[in-house]
Order: sequence, then C-alpha cells, then structure tokens
Amino acid sequence: MLASPVAMHIPDGFLSTTVALIFWIISVVVIGFALKRVSQELDERQVPLMGVLAAAIFAGQMLNFTVAGGTSGHLLGAAIATILLGPWPAILVLTSVVSIQALIFQDGGLLALGANLFNMAVVGVAVSYMVYRTIYRVSGGKNWGIFVGGFVAAWLSIEIAALSCALQLAISGTSPANISVPAMGGIHALIGIGEGLITVGVLAFIYSTRRDLLAQGEMPATQGKLVWVVGLLIAIGLAILSPLASAYPDGLEWVAEQHGFLEAARGPLYTIIPDYVFPGISNEALATIMAGILGALLVFFVALGVGYWRRNRKPA
Amino acid sequence: MHIHFLDPYHPHPSLIHSLDGRVKLILVIGFVLTTSLMPAGVWAGYLLLYALLISAEILSEERLRYYLSRALISIPFILAALPLPFTMKGSMIAQFQIGSLILTVSQEGLVRLISITLKSWISVQAAILLAVSTPFPDILSAMRAVGVPRLLVAVFGLMWRYLFVFADEALHLIQARASRSSKLEGYKEGRSVIWRANIAGGMAGNLFIRGFERADRVYMAMVSRGYDGEVRTLHLPAWKKINTLILVFGLLVYSLILLLGNLIFYFR
Repeated sequence: MLASPVAMHIPDGFLSTTVALIFWIISVVVIGFALKRVSQELDERQVPLMGVLAAAIFAGQMLNFTVAGGTSGHLLGAAIATILLGPWPAILVLTSVVSIQALIFQDGGLLALGANLFNMAVVGVAVSYMVYRTIYRVSGGKNWGIFVGGFVAAWLSIEIAALSCALQLAISGTSPANISVPAMGGIHALIGIGEGLITVGVLAFIYSTRRDLLAQGEMPATQGKLVWVVGLLIAIGLAILSPLASAYPDGLEWVAEQHGFLEAARGPLYTIIPDYVFPGISNEALATIMAGILGALLVFFVALGVGYWRRNRKPA
Repeated sequence: MHIHFLDPYHPHPSLIHSLDGRVKLILVIGFVLTTSLMPAGVWAGYLLLYALLISAEILSEERLRYYLSRALISIPFILAALPLPFTMKGSMIAQFQIGSLILTVSQEGLVRLISITLKSWISVQAAILLAVSTPFPDILSAMRAVGVPRLLVAVFGLMWRYLFVFADEALHLIQARASRSSKLEGYKEGRSVIWRANIAGGMAGNLFIRGFERADRVYMAMVSRGYDGEVRTLHLPAWKKINTLILVFGLLVYSLILLLGNLIFYFR
C-alpha cells in the first residue's frame, strides 16, 4: 500500500554481499557524522521535529495523483525535507523513513538497506541541497529561486539516486549497466518530473501560509559547505560515470567479473578437504534431494509440534 | 477512519512472539546475510534455508498465506535482473529470434536469475517474520542493544508514534479531495497532470505544516515533563541465559548451512 510502483528500494538478494556491506559502511559513517553535527549545532527542538516530520513525509507518500493509464505519482520527499530542515537533519529524517520502510513494511531489504540509505538519504539529500542552495543563491533570494530551486533539486536528486541504484545493481552483476542505467535513468527522469511538480506544490502552499518556514531552510553557508561539495561531487561523478558505464559496459562487467573472481578465490580454503571425504556432497543432485528430505522432515516435525502444543493449550 | 491495520505486528502468544527482540533482530539479519552469501545455483542450500524459515513461520502460528502474499512486494524488482539470462556469457541452452534480434539464453544467466529471485523471496519473508512477531518498541530497544545511537533511535520512535496519526490525516485529505472532485457527463475529469501534481503537493504541504505545528506541541509537552535536550531511555530488559543459547545455536546452524552450500558449490 505504501510501496510505489517503480520505487528504487532495492530488495535483498539483488546486491552482492560485498556491495551491500560496502554501502552499509559508507551510510553508517555519513549518518554517524550527521548525528554528531545535529547534536552539536542544532537546538533540542530538532529531536521531536525530525521524528514528527519523518512521520509526515511517510504519510505524505500516500497522497498520490493519477498520471495516465492507471499509473500514479507521489512524493518521495528528499528535496522537500532538505529545503525545510537543512541537510544534516534531513539525512536523519530520510534515514528514519527509509529504515522503517525496510524494517516494518519490507519496502527494500535489510542487507540492502545500506545501499538504499546511501541512495535516498545521502545522495538524495546532498544533491538536493547542492542544487537548491546554488539556485537560491543565484536568484539573490528572490521567489523564483525557491520554486525553480525546489523543482530542479527534486528532479536531479531523484535522477542521480536512480543512477546510483543502477550502478549498484550493475557492480553486483545483477543487471548489465547498458540496460539498467538507461532504464532506471529513463523511468526516473519521468518520476523526477512528478517529484518536482509535487515539491513545487508543497513549496507554493508553504510559501502562501507559513513563509517563515522557508526562511529557516536558508541556513548559514558554513553549516552546509561540506554537503554542498559532496552533493556536487556525487552529481557530477554519477552523471559522468553512468553514461560511461552504459556505453562501455565492459568496464563494469570487468569489475563484476573481478568481484566474482574474488568470491571464487575463496575456493582454495575448502580444497584442503579432499573430494572423497564428502561423497554425498560431490554429487549435487543427491545433496539437493537430501536437503529437501531434511527440510521437509524439519517442517513436518515443527508443524506437528505446534499442532500438539496448541491442542494441549486450548483446554487449559 | 483509523489505519492501525498498517502495523504488521500481530499479537499472539507463540514461541516466536515470545523470543527476545534482540535475539530475533540479530537472527533475522544473520539469516538475510547467510542467504546473501549462499552461492548461486546451490539449490540444496536454498532448500535448507527455506525449511528453517518456514519452520519459524509455522512456530509463529501466523497463516503461511500471509507470508506468501506479503512476500510478493519484491517481485516487481525482478524486472531489473530479467536481462541476465540473455546478457551473461555461458553455455547456450536456447535461442530466440525476434525480428532481426537474436536472443541467446545462457545457463549461467538463468541460474543467476533464479537464484536472485529465490534469495530475494526468502529474505523478504524473514523480514516479514520479524515485523509480524515483534512489537515496534521491542525492535527499537533491540536496535539500541546492537549499538544504533540513542538520538537516531529516539527519532525512529517518535516517527513511529506519529506515523499513524499522520496516515489518518493523509487519508482525510484524500477523502476531502475525492469528495470535491465531482465528475460531469461529457466533461473531462480534472485538469492537467501538472495541476493534479500541484494539488497533491499542496495537500502534502498541508501535512508538513501540521507536522511543524505538532512538533512544537510535542516539544512543549516534552519540556513540561522535564526534557532538557538529553534523550533518556528505559533500561534494556535483562538478558537471559536462554537468549545466548538460542543465538549461538541459530548462528551455528547458519554457518553449517553456509559451509554445506559452499562445499557443494566448489565440489560440483
């Protein structure tokens, strides 16, 4: 119900373990840093605000609008969270949203959560901040800066996050880059327009009712300089890397192959045990049948046990 | 209208429900990691993992159909892996011709696609098991126990507390929009997509403003009860010996299945 039809929440199983773990490490470091910044720089009001706004963004994703042919669009929220709260709290808000989607609603996997957090909470927020801040500055604080900045921030954050997702799938060897990059990039170029339009709608409403909230987003420049630079680097890096990967999929395939090679290289560890010690295992069909029987027995006895237990419990 | 039905937790006095949340969180994450580490095409390994999981599902005394239908959530993503049989190099098993395009299906690619699908299907059921059998506050304290920073856990907890409030409000907004969107014979329904997107945006903006206002009230309520910027939490429940036993046993079983899977993979 809360899942969007073409989301970029990667489920478990689609990323190789190494890729999933690397992105877990990156996300943990960034989120840890964001936590430190938030508790250092911002006042204690921020804790309830972040929690409540995360809930509002989550619920805001239910507000859909029909596009065409039975499809509908809805808000994803990285850009609007960044504009309303500033980059560091926005990272934490998006972290909450994406984590709870994975933990409770299985929208995105648990092992893949690191990569999903990277795409939506880190890339989404950093790119949004870089774009919005730049356009707002260029506009000299005029109104059009808010709306144009909001639209472009929303569009580009979705697009770059989708490219990042496509590249993660390609490096994992799940989806070839020359297919996943144009497909993800293409679909999300359209989804991004929807996100941009809704974001402008949100901004227009807030501008006409609570203009003071938009002024809050205009934080001192020093606070977000790092995010700005990171956002710029991510945007440029992925914008250059993904067409390259798409045009020369061999490069990424090479990475994937090396990666597969590394996994295969674990082989020698086991060759210490000679073949014939496990006669049942070297025959794969037999091993599969054995596993099937073992599994069926396990399930049978557990079911029996539960049935028995239930029957005995009822009269008590 | 209340949407508490959104919460997947089903209270029930089953064995799985009564397990400590910390044990469940670690075992579920361990299970997903084990599934991920299982080499492609080792069907025996997948069978054992699934047997383990289905046993836990039976022990949770929740209908198996519930797990199966909820697990469909990860199906659309298989689209991303669908090109694999055609793009991976390997021994050819079939060839199609569509117009001038010749598609070759490789065995390696097909095995990989099926493995990814199975892995994803098994992993998502493990996550469902956790959500069905563990109340969210227990998951929160389990997160604290495994070292998630207190501030982040506090934000998670606040988000959860107000999630249903805002979901209710979002439903009201949708209802209000529907009741004002009349249809007239012979007229086009609604206006352009841009207009519709802007309306949805206005509604979301409305929700956010309510969020800011509610956050203010929540903050004041917290201050009035002694909040000073420090997030305080209850002590974690005492760690029983049986928890260690279950945890060690579970991780041991995972390692054995993983070892077996790898042996089959390398000695085939």
